[in-house]
Amino acid sequence: MAHQTNILDLRDAHGAPGVHADRGQAQPARRPVAHGFVHSKEAGGAVDGPGIRYVLFVSGCPLRCQYCHNPDTWHMRKGKETSVREVVAEIASYSNFLKRAKGGITISGGEPLTQVEFVSEVFHAAKAMGLHTALDTSGFLGKRVSDEMLEDIDLVLLDIKAFTEETYREVTGAELQPTLDFARRLSAKGKKIWLRYVLVPGLTDKLDEIEGLAAFAAELGVVERVDVLPFHKLGEFKWEECGREYKLANTEPPSRDLIEEVRAIFRGHGLKAG
Amino acid sequence: MNVYAREPFDTLDTELTAKDPWRSFLPGSWTREIDVRSFIVANVTPYEGDSRFLAGITPRTADLWEKLKVQLKAERDKGGVLDVDVSTPSSITSHKAGYIAEDLEQIVGLQTDAPLKRAIMPFGGYRMVKNGLEAFGFKPDTSLDKVFPKLRKTHNDAVFDVYTPEALACRKSGIITGLPDAYGRGRIIGDYRRVALYGVNRLIEDKQTQLKSFELATIDEEVLRSREETAEQIKALKELVKLGEIYGFDLTRPAANGREAVQWTYLAYLAAVKEANGAAMSLGRVSSFLDIFIQRDIAEGELNEAEAQELFDHFVMKLRIVRFLRTPEYDQLFSGDPTWVTESIGGMAIDGRPLVTKSSFRMLNTLNTLGPAPEPNLTVLWSEHLPKGFRDFCAETSIKTSSIQYENDDLMRPYWGDDYGIACCVSAMRIGKQMQFFGARANLAKTLLYAINGGRDEKSGAQVGPALAPVVGDTLDYEDVKTRFLPMMEWLARVYVNALNSIHYMHDKYMYERIEMALHDRDILRTMACGIAGLSVAADSLSAIKYAKVKIIRDERGLATDFEIEGDYPAFGNNDDRVDDIAVWLTETFMSCIRKHKTYRNAMPTQSILTITSNVVYGKKTGNTPDGRKAGQPFAPGANPMHGRDKNGAVASMASVAKLPYAHAQDGISYTFSIVPSALGSTDEDRVNNLDNLLGGYFQQGGHHINVNVFDRETLIDAMEHPELYPQLTIRVSGYAVNFIKLTREQQLDVISRTFHGASN
Repeated sequence: MAHQTNILDLRDAHGAPGVHADRGQAQPARRPVAHGFVHSKEAGGAVDGPGIRYVLFVSGCPLRCQYCHNPDTWHMRKGKETSVREVVAEIASYSNFLKRAKGGITISGGEPLTQVEFVSEVFHAAKAMGLHTALDTSGFLGKRVSDEMLEDIDLVLLDIKAFTEETYREVTGAELQPTLDFARRLSAKGKKIWLRYVLVPGLTDKLDEIEGLAAFAAELGVVERVDVLPFHKLGEFKWEECGREYKLANTEPPSRDLIEEVRAIFRGHGLKAG
Repeated sequence: MNVYAREPFDTLDTELTAKDPWRSFLPGSWTREIDVRSFIVANVTPYEGDSRFLAGITPRTADLWEKLKVQLKAERDKGGVLDVDVSTPSSITSHKAGYIAEDLEQIVGLQTDAPLKRAIMPFGGYRMVKNGLEAFGFKPDTSLDKVFPKLRKTHNDAVFDVYTPEALACRKSGIITGLPDAYGRGRIIGDYRRVALYGVNRLIEDKQTQLKSFELATIDEEVLRSREETAEQIKALKELVKLGEIYGFDLTRPAANGREAVQWTYLAYLAAVKEANGAAMSLGRVSSFLDIFIQRDIAEGELNEAEAQELFDHFVMKLRIVRFLRTPEYDQLFSGDPTWVTESIGGMAIDGRPLVTKSSFRMLNTLNTLGPAPEPNLTVLWSEHLPKGFRDFCAETSIKTSSIQYENDDLMRPYWGDDYGIACCVSAMRIGKQMQFFGARANLAKTLLYAINGGRDEKSGAQVGPALAPVVGDTLDYEDVKTRFLPMMEWLARVYVNALNSIHYMHDKYMYERIEMALHDRDILRTMACGIAGLSVAADSLSAIKYAKVKIIRDERGLATDFEIEGDYPAFGNNDDRVDDIAVWLTETFMSCIRKHKTYRNAMPTQSILTITSNVVYGKKTGNTPDGRKAGQPFAPGANPMHGRDKNGAVASMASVAKLPYAHAQDGISYTFSIVPSALGSTDEDRVNNLDNLLGGYFQQGGHHINVNVFDRETLIDAMEHPELYPQLTIRVSGYAVNFIKLTREQQLDVISRTFHGASN
C-alpha cells in the first residue's frame, strides 16, 4: 500500500484513478482520453534516452523526493491542460528530425504514470510514426502499465531511488517494492532499462545498499546502462517558490571520488555505468 | 578559354624540380586547361577512417608558436595594433621579406617585413587610414596627404561623388549599414591553388590568350573594361612572381612537392592580402587539394605524418596573423579584428565520393596543436554522407574548441557544384568561377517602423523614406501594417541596390582586386549580395500585431516611438508556423523587391540573413519595436530567434530557422547555436554522437548554416572578468569566430544574454 499521506496532492485530479500502487492491474483496453496535463516540453533533449529527443514533461507525482529538482511538477492540475491531438501534432512536426537524429520521444515528469491513459495515447501515436519511445519513471505506479501499453515503449528510464524500504521511504515517502516489481516485469518482457540513481551524500550514499542495487540490476539482464546522477541544487529555488522547506539546503553535491566509486560498483557487476 | 595542351617540364634545371611536378598525377581536363576541380576529382584520395593517424605538435612548431604568442600578447597589450608601416602603401611587392623566426618557419611570407606589423591600404579611402592610425596612436605620414586624394582619387571619394541624397540619408539613419564604401569589399576568393598546380607562367599565358579574345570588331566600354582588367591581372601575376623571388621561390613553375604546394598557395593568398583589405579575405577550399601533393610525398617516402601536420600548422599560423588597419568604428561593427580567412573543408564530390582527406583532418587538427583561434574561419561542408570518422572528429573538435562552423553541402551542392568555397561566413561561390559584390545589409525592423511612421525616422524624426501615409489610430492592425510595409520595402530595395551599384562600379574602377581576379576564369558569375538584418525582430513584431494587441504610444512629434503589448504572441524560434510563416514571407518578399532592380554588371541578385556582430550596432540604431524589444537593444544575430524567446528547446529553434528558404537567400542564412556541455550528454562519447545527431537533424530539415558553441555561460562571465586567463577563448558568432576577450564589453554582454540550450528539467 502506498502511504496515504503522500498522495494528497493528487486528489484534486478529476477522474484520476486511485494512486495506490497496487491497483490498476486490470487495466481496461485502451480508451481514448482527450487531454492531459503538461508541465513543459523540450524539443532537443539529449540526456533522456538515446539520440536527440522530444521530451514531454507531464505534471503530477505521487512521490515527494527530498532532492526533487522539479517540485513544481508535483500537482497534476498545475500543468497546462493539453489535448492529445495537440501533443501528437507537435511531435509529428519533429518526427523527421528525431528519426535522423537517432532519437525519439521521452515522456517524463512529474511521474508520467499518474496520467497513464494520456501517456499511453501519446506513445501509441509516436510509435505509429515510427519513433523510438522512452518512459522516464520511478516505477512506483508500474502496475498501471498494461502489457498493451508496454508494447509501445522501447525503453524505460527507471529511477530507483534507493534499495532498502527504509531509505526509499526516507527519500521519497513511499514504498520501494512496486518499483522492484515493475523492474522484474520489464525484465521478464525483455524491455530495455536505463537505470538511474541519484547520489545524495548522507542520504543515498550507503555503499552496501548500492552494492545490492547493482546486483539486482545485473540480474535483470535488461539494464543497458546505469546513469549515476550526482545530486545538484539547481532546483532549490523552485522549493522556495512553492513555499516548501528544502531539507537538503546544507547538503553538498557528491565528490568526484564518490561518484566514481559508485560507478565502479555498478561496473563491478558488469553494467555500463556513466 | 584556358585551352592549353600540357607541356613537358624538361626545361627546369634545379635538382628538386628535375622531377616532373605532375609526376604520378592522373591526367584529366586539368592537364589541358586551367581546371583545378578536374585535378582534384582525378587525384584525390578520400579518407574514411578516424582521427587516430594524426600527429601532435612538433618541437619546432611549439617553439615557433611560443614566439608568435609573445607577439600576439604584445599586440593585445598595446590595445590591438602592435605596429604599422605608416609610409608604404601596400602592394604585392611593397615590402622586403619578413619572418617570425626564419630558421623555424616551414612556410614563410608576411604582409610586411615583420609579424603583426600592419600596412596601410589607402586606395579604399585615405581618411579611414588616417583615422585608423590616429586612433591607435600612430602618426600618419604627411607626404601621403599630397597624394590622396589630390593626385590619386580613392574608392571612398568616388562613391561619395555619386551617392544620391536618399542613399546618404539611409546610410546616416542606419536603415542601411555596413556598406563597403570606405574599405575593401572583400568576399572574393582567388583560386590560389592554381598557382601551386600550374605555376604563374602558365596562368599568364592563359590570361594573354584571354586578352586576345577581347580583340573585337567593336571596342566598346565593356570590351575596354575587360581588356584593361585582364591587362591588370597579368601585371599582378608578374608581381606575384616577384613576391616569390623576395622569399627565394620560383613561382613561375608548378609546385613540385607538398611543402611547395602549401608555400605557393600561401604566397598567392599573401599577394591578395597585400593588395586588398577586403572585409573578408577568404582562402577557399585548399585542404584536400594540398592533400594530393602531400600524399604523393608520403608515398615517395619524403614526408611523414608529423611533418605533414607541421606544414598545416605553419600555414595556419600565417593565416592567424593576417592583419588590416581598421578604425575603431569598423571594429565596433565587425568586432574582434576579423579577416574571415575562411577555409571550407569536406563536402562531397558530385560522383558521390567524400572530399574528406587526411588533410581535412590535419587542417582541423591545428585547433588541437595550436589551440583554438578565430582564424582561419574553419568551415565544414556538411553532408549526410560524410564518413562517420570525420563527423566524429568535427563534433569532438567543436565540443573542445567552439571554433568550427558547419554549412549544408547537400543543400548547396545542387546550386554550386562540388568545388565551391565559403567567402566570409555563409556566401558560397564556385572557386575561380564566381565572385560577389558584397552588400552588407538593410535593417528590416527599422523599415517596419518607417512603414508605421510614414517614412520618418523614429529616432531623428527626419523624413528619410517616402512620405507615405502613417498609421493612424491607437492600435496596430496586421493587414493595415502589411499594406504599408510593402511599399516601404520596395523603396528600400531600390535605394539599396542603387547604392550597391554605385559602390561596386567605383570599387572596380579605383580598387580593382587584380591578383584575386587573375585567379579567376575569363567569364564569371557575379552576384549582388544584399542582406537583411533584424528578421526575427520584424517577424515577431508582425506576429505581435497579428496575435496580440499592440497599442501605439506616440511622442510629441506624433511619431510612434513606443508600443504596449496586451496578450501573448507566438515568437520566431518555437517551430510555430503562425510566426515562422511570417519570417518566410519577409524573406521572400524582400528578395522579390531586390530582384526588380537592375544590377551593376548584370550581377545575379541574392541576399543573406546574416549580421555578423553588427546586430549590436543595428539594435542601437533602431527604436522600440512592436515585439516589445526596447530601443537600443541588440537584434538577434543573423537568422537567430530573439534572445530568450525560443523556449521550446534547441530542436524547435533549429526547426524555425530551417524553414527560411535558401532559394530566396542564396547568400546564406546564419544561425548561431550555443549549448552547455552537459546538455549534450553525460559522457564524451554521448556528446560527440549527440552533436552529430543534432547537426544531422538540422541539415536534413534544410538548415543552411550553424555555428556551434559548446560551453557554460559561467565560463564567459569568468572570461569577461579575467581576460588574461582566456587568451585563446574562441566563440562562434554569426558566421565567424572571435576571440571572446577582444569583443567590446557591450558585445560580450550580448553574447552572454543569448539563449543557451541546456537541460531545462
